Amino acid sequence: MKDIFVVSDNIFSPLGLTTAENFSRLKAGVSAVRRHDRPEMADEPFYAALFDGGVDASGPYTAATTGAPGDFSSPVAYTKFEQLLLASISDVLKTGDVDPGDPRTILILSTTKGNISLLETEAVGAGGIGRVGRAAANPALDRRIALSTSARLIADHFHFANTPVVISNACISGILALVTAMRLIRSGSYNMAVVAGADVISKFVLSGFGSFQAISPGPCRPFDRSRDGINLGEGAGTVVLSSREKYRGGVRLRGGAVGNDANHISGPSRTGQELCQVINKSLAEAGLTPGDIGFISAHGTATLYNDEMEAKAITLAGLQSVPVNSLKAYYGHTLGAAGLIESIVTLQSMREHLVLPSLGFADNGVSMPLNICSSLLHTSLNNCLKTASGFGGCNAAVVMSQ
Amino acid sequence: MEHITATCIISDHIVYTNGKAVFEPPSAEGQDFLLSVYQHTGVQYPKFYKMDNLSKLGWLACELLLRQGFRSADYRPEEVAVVLSNANASLDTDYKYFATVKDIPSPAVFVYTLPNIMIGEICIRHHFKGENAFFVFESFNAAFLAQYVHGLMENGSARACICGWIDVLGEEYKAALFLVEEAAGATQLSDNPMPLSEENINQLFQINARHE
Repeated sequence: MKDIFVVSDNIFSPLGLTTAENFSRLKAGVSAVRRHDRPEMADEPFYAALFDGGVDASGPYTAATTGAPGDFSSPVAYTKFEQLLLASISDVLKTGDVDPGDPRTILILSTTKGNISLLETEAVGAGGIGRVGRAAANPALDRRIALSTSARLIADHFHFANTPVVISNACISGILALVTAMRLIRSGSYNMAVVAGADVISKFVLSGFGSFQAISPGPCRPFDRSRDGINLGEGAGTVVLSSREKYRGGVRLRGGAVGNDANHISGPSRTGQELCQVINKSLAEAGLTPGDIGFISAHGTATLYNDEMEAKAITLAGLQSVPVNSLKAYYGHTLGAAGLIESIVTLQSMREHLVLPSLGFADNGVSMPLNICSSLLHTSLNNCLKTASGFGGCNAAVVMSQ
Repeated sequence: MEHITATCIISDHIVYTNGKAVFEPPSAEGQDFLLSVYQHTGVQYPKFYKMDNLSKLGWLACELLLRQGFRSADYRPEEVAVVLSNANASLDTDYKYFATVKDIPSPAVFVYTLPNIMIGEICIRHHFKGENAFFVFESFNAAFLAQYVHGLMENGSARACICGWIDVLGEEYKAALFLVEEAAGATQLSDNPMPLSEENINQLFQINARHE
């Protein structure tokens, strides 16, 4: 199958505003996860990777002032979620390689909850939260929260000619967005894709994962014996992909696949067989075998069940001796951005011939021992695998090469 | 060439399969309507009661779609894809979940604040392990859907695909599911399977407009 080349990429996170900035902080072992005491988000202090205050008070996308709560009639007031996407996308467009107005360029956005924090700030004065029927409906708020509204605002800002595609598929959204871009380009309908993902952490998401007892009381510890849950994180990532031969020579996407456990909506497979099957399909599409893979960027959320399932899947796929890490202890779980941010870190690892240690890992805590990286590993990387799994039983994988 | 071999549309309190109105409860609103369609299916599936309205609607439409001659034995679990889309993601349930936050946040409601949970429910029910995707568009995007599903089947990522549009917000809803199969298995839709195309999907999607 046709290779899809990476033209440029950006990570816009609390660790840094470009891929290079992020990677240099990661190499120095810096984590964005820290303790926060924000009563507007949670009654108790919590650990997460958050931007301080606004996204970037000095940046070009500081929130425009809106009218009264619930008034969305002002022309353009970008939400924090949209500002993250705008900031990340504008960085990749600086290279000048992307012509958003070209009908063969497509914008693909990935998120789980988008503008949902507007429920917290806007809904009370606008009909009351807890609307269950038509009586308290606020169509203006509904439209402002709609992911297609954000997509249109972002597409208009950069003058994309095509209708943007929005993917909202839980924690595999970012990888599914990359795989979708790869497929759309391979189909010949487009020759360039701008793939961007973002999520913002607010009371909605924090309380939800808290209700599942899924949040660690401290910094998370993926694959470790003492792991006890996730940290949440916010951020954005963007990758520009192209089929044009002029981009051959750098890093590229080779294959990808998606599947479902068909087992449980909030718990992963007991066997890992389904994620394994997705890994196998991705390798087959890339024309590779397990022996060709030099590094795996795992989902590694640091919940008991996710990490155990992944360890089983990786072992079933014959990849148990391949170096693995999870980036969740650096970034927290950035939800719809995670697949993109972590894929971009993998691309940068390939460019710099460097595997990052899996922060928070000390003692093996999964039943199938994996080769978890515990220190910086200098090694040339030709082929890497990125995986993710999410609520709804979904799994995804993508193979990257250089 | 892929064909649309069956359809199920639920709209304006009428259930259509393969273009024919097959069920219309005497009078039913919202939740009651979904319950009456569930009873119409005759299936005993206790998990149905725990689902949010989006999952219920998608689950019901899929249940009735697959009764139009889908031969599950023809496919391995990983060969069947589920590709859905809508305008409002899970906003209907997002409101309901956030209402629980001021008391005790409900994990049972929170889990449904992702639109692809509906895909999970369908996969669990029918044991499908193939490709998944959930897309959000301002309105039904037949061109994208046809293109994406064609791509999945052309490159061998799927041999059958349940695809379409399932949207719920308050009292507003619409379900439109299409079964897409390779030509060889295409014999079901009124003995006249339609090729997978933007035009054909759009025409099938508009069914209730034609009945008004």
